Amino acid sequence: MRSQPDGTVIECQRVGYRIGGGRELVSDLSFAVGRGETLVLLGRSGSGKTTTLKRINRLLEPTAGEVRVEGRPTTEWDPIRLRRHIGYVIQEVGLLPHLTVEENVGLVPRLEGWEAGKVRDRVREMLALVGLDPEVFAKRRPRQLSGGQRQRVGVARALAADPPLLLMDEPFGALDPVTRAELQLEFRKLKERLGKTIVFVTHDVREALLLGTRIALLAAGKLAALHPPAEFLRAPHPEVAAFVSVLHELEDRSR
Amino acid sequence: MSRLLDFLIRNRNEVFARSLEHMGLVGLAMLFAIALGIPLGILVARQAALRRWVLGAANIIQTVPSLALFGFLIPVPLLGGIGSRTAVVALALYALLPIIRNTYAGISGVDPAVVEAARGMGMTGRQLLWQVEIPLGMGVILAGIRVATVISVGMATIAAAIGAGGLGTYIFRGLAMVNNQVILAGAIPAALLALVVDWVLGGAERRLRREQ
Repeated sequence: MRSQPDGTVIECQRVGYRIGGGRELVSDLSFAVGRGETLVLLGRSGSGKTTTLKRINRLLEPTAGEVRVEGRPTTEWDPIRLRRHIGYVIQEVGLLPHLTVEENVGLVPRLEGWEAGKVRDRVREMLALVGLDPEVFAKRRPRQLSGGQRQRVGVARALAADPPLLLMDEPFGALDPVTRAELQLEFRKLKERLGKTIVFVTHDVREALLLGTRIALLAAGKLAALHPPAEFLRAPHPEVAAFVSVLHELEDRSR
Repeated sequence: MSRLLDFLIRNRNEVFARSLEHMGLVGLAMLFAIALGIPLGILVARQAALRRWVLGAANIIQTVPSLALFGFLIPVPLLGGIGSRTAVVALALYALLPIIRNTYAGISGVDPAVVEAARGMGMTGRQLLWQVEIPLGMGVILAGIRVATVISVGMATIAAAIGAGGLGTYIFRGLAMVNNQVILAGAIPAALLALVVDWVLGGAERRLRREQ
């Protein structure tokens, strides 16, 4: 797969999405994600974060603008190939409830036609990578896991076929605060080691600051600000101020 | 009661043969109904435009009184005539509605978030159907097959009216002879058969639920 010379892996150009000719969920969104970067899409519920993410792997078909993945418009990709090229992690429900942990993690490699032994080795490697003992967890079903364990499996599954890109939709959103903090820190180390290009959706400004190399703030379907974490805190946009003030209030109260 | 038992014991060979005949009718009819009903159920889950027509047609078949349906089929070429072929066709037609409806309900009842996750993994439409929607909808599909089979066991007694044999033979013979024992000799094994079918298929359903 060819990448552009400047290292841009994902490029959104004036992307919009409208449901059935009605309300516009996102509009005129332009940004680029460089190789190895983690771009966080931050925003309130309904600000268009998930919609933007689904435009990238074509779970939503374009109604306006263009998304390029590795230099090629997504509309020119076979959607199946595109999605197998991009790891996808979502909140809670993402695991297939009727499959074991092993089968869930090995899903994309199996779809890609890897031989059984290779899939098994890869699954064990991935489970170990996300801190789950394969001996203990491989044969369990999703409902026999805690929320944190399920999310670890979700990450392992997204990484299994070694895609260069990851899309993550509030992967830690449904967890208790302590588990969430643990997983965030672990994931930060993991992503630095693996060097994947990641687009990460969250409404949690702390998570955005912790994981993002850049933060794109969405407000009502539009891009309000796009900065690296340090500059983001000083950005003048009122929506940024709203998010940052939440952070400061927490700090003030803990003094 | 003891006279009924006497009758059953004395005629055990014929009762057994009629029971087998009965199960043969139901079994064959269910085979056809499943082979036709599940694909139709999948089709209407995918094609909303066809849903009203297919479910409507199956519904109409279901509203035809069963004795009349057997009668209507007799003059139909190829499918009809006197005997077990007509009975199997009629039973299969009757069994279609619960199978189509439950297949449709089972597939469209799969959590849309799970379906979207599977699509996000890069599953093709066919992989989604075989690896996600059918396995997850199987409990509901099986429930439809179970209801249809139990109904068929009861309804197959009417097949004797058009010369298809089965346990209904005793019921019609008993009616003609005004002899309750003979009626019960058909009705009780048929009821027992329905109970057994219900229990066995119910067990399969429960096991499936536990595994998931």
